[in-house]
Amino acid sequence: MIPASFDYVAPTTVEEALAALAQYGDEAKIIAGGQSLLPVLRMRLNAPEWVIDLGHIDSLRGVRDEGEAIFVGAMTRHCDVATDPLVAEHAALVARATATVADEQVRHRGTFGGALAHADPAGDLGAPALALDAEFVIAGPAGERVVPGAEFFQGLFETAVSEDELLIGVRIPKHTGWTAHYEKFVRVAHQWPICAVGATLKVSGGVIEGAAIGLTNMGSTPLRAAGVEQALVGQQATEEVVRNAAALAADGAEPPSDLNGDADYRRHLVTVLTRRAITKALGG
Amino acid sequence: MTAVDARPEQTNEIGRDRRRKEDARLITGRTRWTDNINLPGMLHLAMVRSPFAHARVTSIDTSAAEDSEGVVTVLAAKDFDEGLGVCINAWPITPDQKAPAHPPIASDRVTFAGEIVAVVAARSAAAARDAAEMVEVDYEELPAVVSLEEAVKDEVLAHPDLGTNKSALWVFDSAQAGTGGNVDEAISAARNDGIVLERTYRQQRLIPAFMEPRSVVCDPTGEQITVWSATQIPHILRFAFAATTGVPESKIRVIAPDVGGGFGGKLQQTPEEMIVFAIARRLGKPVKYTETRSESLLSAHHGRDQVQKLTLSATRDGQVTGLKVELDANLGAYVAIVGGGVPVLGAFMFNAIYKFPAYQFNCQTVFTNTTWTDAYRGAGRPEATYAIERLMDELAAEVGVDPLEIREKNWIKHEEFPFTTIAGLTYDSGNYEAATAKAKEMFGYDALRAEQAERRANNDPVQLGIGISTFTEMCGLAPSRVLGSLDYGAGGWEHAQVRLTPTGKVEVITGASAHGQGHETAFSQIVADRLGVPFEDVEVLHGDTQIAAKGYDTYGSRSLVVGGEALVRAADKVLEKAKPIAAHLLEASVEDLEFTGGRWTVRGTDQGMSIGELSTAVFAAHNLPDGVEANLDSEATFDPENFNFPHGTHLCAMEVDTETGQVKMRKYVCCDDIGNIINPLIVAGQVHGGLVQGIAQALWEDAVYDDAGTLVSGSFVDYLLPTAADTISFDIDHTTSPATTNTLGTKGVGEAGTIASTPAVVNAVVDALRPLGVHDVTMPCTPERVWRAISEGSAGGETTGAAAPHFDPSTGMSGNVDRTEGDVQ
Repeated sequence: MIPASFDYVAPTTVEEALAALAQYGDEAKIIAGGQSLLPVLRMRLNAPEWVIDLGHIDSLRGVRDEGEAIFVGAMTRHCDVATDPLVAEHAALVARATATVADEQVRHRGTFGGALAHADPAGDLGAPALALDAEFVIAGPAGERVVPGAEFFQGLFETAVSEDELLIGVRIPKHTGWTAHYEKFVRVAHQWPICAVGATLKVSGGVIEGAAIGLTNMGSTPLRAAGVEQALVGQQATEEVVRNAAALAADGAEPPSDLNGDADYRRHLVTVLTRRAITKALGG
Repeated sequence: MTAVDARPEQTNEIGRDRRRKEDARLITGRTRWTDNINLPGMLHLAMVRSPFAHARVTSIDTSAAEDSEGVVTVLAAKDFDEGLGVCINAWPITPDQKAPAHPPIASDRVTFAGEIVAVVAARSAAAARDAAEMVEVDYEELPAVVSLEEAVKDEVLAHPDLGTNKSALWVFDSAQAGTGGNVDEAISAARNDGIVLERTYRQQRLIPAFMEPRSVVCDPTGEQITVWSATQIPHILRFAFAATTGVPESKIRVIAPDVGGGFGGKLQQTPEEMIVFAIARRLGKPVKYTETRSESLLSAHHGRDQVQKLTLSATRDGQVTGLKVELDANLGAYVAIVGGGVPVLGAFMFNAIYKFPAYQFNCQTVFTNTTWTDAYRGAGRPEATYAIERLMDELAAEVGVDPLEIREKNWIKHEEFPFTTIAGLTYDSGNYEAATAKAKEMFGYDALRAEQAERRANNDPVQLGIGISTFTEMCGLAPSRVLGSLDYGAGGWEHAQVRLTPTGKVEVITGASAHGQGHETAFSQIVADRLGVPFEDVEVLHGDTQIAAKGYDTYGSRSLVVGGEALVRAADKVLEKAKPIAAHLLEASVEDLEFTGGRWTVRGTDQGMSIGELSTAVFAAHNLPDGVEANLDSEATFDPENFNFPHGTHLCAMEVDTETGQVKMRKYVCCDDIGNIINPLIVAGQVHGGLVQGIAQALWEDAVYDDAGTLVSGSFVDYLLPTAADTISFDIDHTTSPATTNTLGTKGVGEAGTIASTPAVVNAVVDALRPLGVHDVTMPCTPERVWRAISEGSAGGETTGAAAPHFDPSTGMSGNVDRTEGDVQ
């Protein structure tokens, strides 16, 4: 398990990182927490000439309050996101989902931005970010640009970040007071989810005022279950309403078939998990 | 001079839960694993492996690799002579067994994805690996046969030259053997007025997945060629080197240093070992090869992979009358060292603890273009136990009684021991009633049955199932005469020496080569009690042919019951030798001496002498009886007369989520009768670990190939090894029926948990779903299979689909390798 040899650069500012990207272009790979890149290098699935390490750019770490939104720096580690009070208060679904990423060791190395930029549809963070209308802040030669989730995820391992750009953080509109649950379905604990559902709800007086439902591993990108959300909003939070809404979860999804389950099984599974995620978010 | 103080008080070491003396160095890594060994001038190897399951090798261009930095040489099959040796099969199961030659490096044709076609030697492991990617091999793909079901049709041949995929057919028939009746008659009789169950079960392919990847170092620079290997079988490996390379055995020293697990997966003479040996000799330099985890999963031998067609006949009230087993066993591309012998070991175990009056076992071994298969924890016996324990549950369902009741109706009663079975084995001891009663009580059987009934009545989405496995197994491999009668190419004895140092310390040498079991601790306890010396004063030496010159190594739960008995006998010989010397020094007659607590005393006096004092006196040799050698050291070789038969009752409760198919273990209880226990803590470790591996076959592990013969589950992303997070805390206990075939009354425990647990888990899953019309779920019981079983009333079908991609090979740049082509450098 020895990677092919590569050169290594460790910029300390975003500008230096962008300069390195501009210089080495498609011969470079960015390393954040390394939890996806290192296996790729060790199994020699990829052999970049250069590895650009973002680990020394302090400005990319941490969560801050931006008024209407919170901003999670791309290099914030999963263990820090999962325990951050701002995230817990204003983006509970992100906290719940992050706490389930892989295992303790991975959560102490892996980063929020790294996982999102890797864009594995079975990753746990894409669906919650999408559900919470997160905006992705991307730095490039021409400055910063902001991309909504629907445009950020473009396909299997594909994002809106181009080769000379860098994801520097994610802005999540505050969902203060929303309850949340991330229902993850695995065969063994350390596995990527066969399917997972993130549900976050705003309920007042027994009526669902807001609903955001994100689906993990139900297509080549994270998905949002818009039909389920519509069927919930404005309704009483009853078992029947939840059951009927959840039945719509697979609409429009194109899940993969692999060793852990065929597409038709996943289409069934997601309805059960959606019902359970909503029910648990409602405190059931 | 008193070298050793006598122990103040005699406390038995046997039965104490001693912490393992080897653990501190093992778990802190302060030891010499093979890969830690670095020798001056050592070169490193990397293998070039075929990405194709079956292909003609049309050309190999090594020029770019040879020019790569740090590379010493790049070699293919044509560069070696017969000194390379071959991989041997020690157990041709029939005289007419068909087997292709197995050279360590393929020459013109590759027969499984992962087979070695070239090897790079370089000054560093990294340089070797870099260069391996530069070796250009042209392949012309040939049709590959991958599945057992296809292979038996003989349409596509794994080895066209053999003319068939069928290697050997091994048959045992009770009527022919004179051990019982005619099974076909029993089955036709039952078709008229009894019960006939016909079932087909699949034993999926598993990967041993030991913690330490295989590694081998060879130093050819001394008078003896020294090989260190992460192997279970240093003695057998030394024999294989000598037998196939022409190097005299006396010129070879093999060392298995601390070895990080094996589970049968290191019971092999590997192509890699042969290549390292040959290249070290060729270059005159030390050479090391350590496999990557990917290589380990791909090319280290796999286990299981059988299709079992079973016919059981019984009377209407559930008395078994016959069992017919038709087994197809996948050898992979070559016959490995034990090879077809693994399923044959199961031949004696399908009848298990039950009194079948007629039995027939047919095993067809079959070649495919897949990785070779061989021993994996339990080796043949888990497969047999699974089949019979699943069938007993099916029979209970058919008769309409509790599955424990059907077992009790058919099992050997405790007063019937020793009992000669339909397969011709004599079980020496056991008490199935006692183990079952204890397990039932621990489990809370009746309360869980009541909860099950309640959940069924309430139509609970989460159903509860209770699974039973009342297993036995044959271990303690093996009586040499029996092995001879089965045409196995070696014996099954074990050897031990006990040496006393001048200061009265004890060195124990065993031919059993531990790879994580705790021999050093358990054997120290045995010798401490036998010689009456402190536990701490015993040193156990093993795993080096220069120190432990004789031995048959560690597998088949043999170390304690065979190796331990050799040790007892060697220790007793020390005492026999010591007694006349003690009598002489104490000026007493031999008849008046007593030996207790490490001291000889003269009956009726206060005179005495410790074994430590005696060894000092023998060292000095100033005053020995005439004609007595100045040497207390002794050795013994023990060849068991019989196998060893642990048994137990395992009970498992599984919750099955009928909406998702997810299964969850609720409770697992086992009461194993393994005779007398030397170290309860080590036993608990063996049972817990064994259970997890058996449960993993039931629920998680599956080595899957696609139609082209690419191993799809080629990393731990897709080959699901459980961790502690996936298991519950097991409740284990014991009943004790001492074995009558060894002095200590012990039985093997290394494989028991793995053998017993798989059917207990699947029986529980099926039991939960039986009211829904389900009578089988194919292993591993994935949520999808369980869900399909519920919704379609099937067994859940085959695993299909590819690996889930989680790493992004598509955006690769230079040096990118498409892993769907099976390349795993």
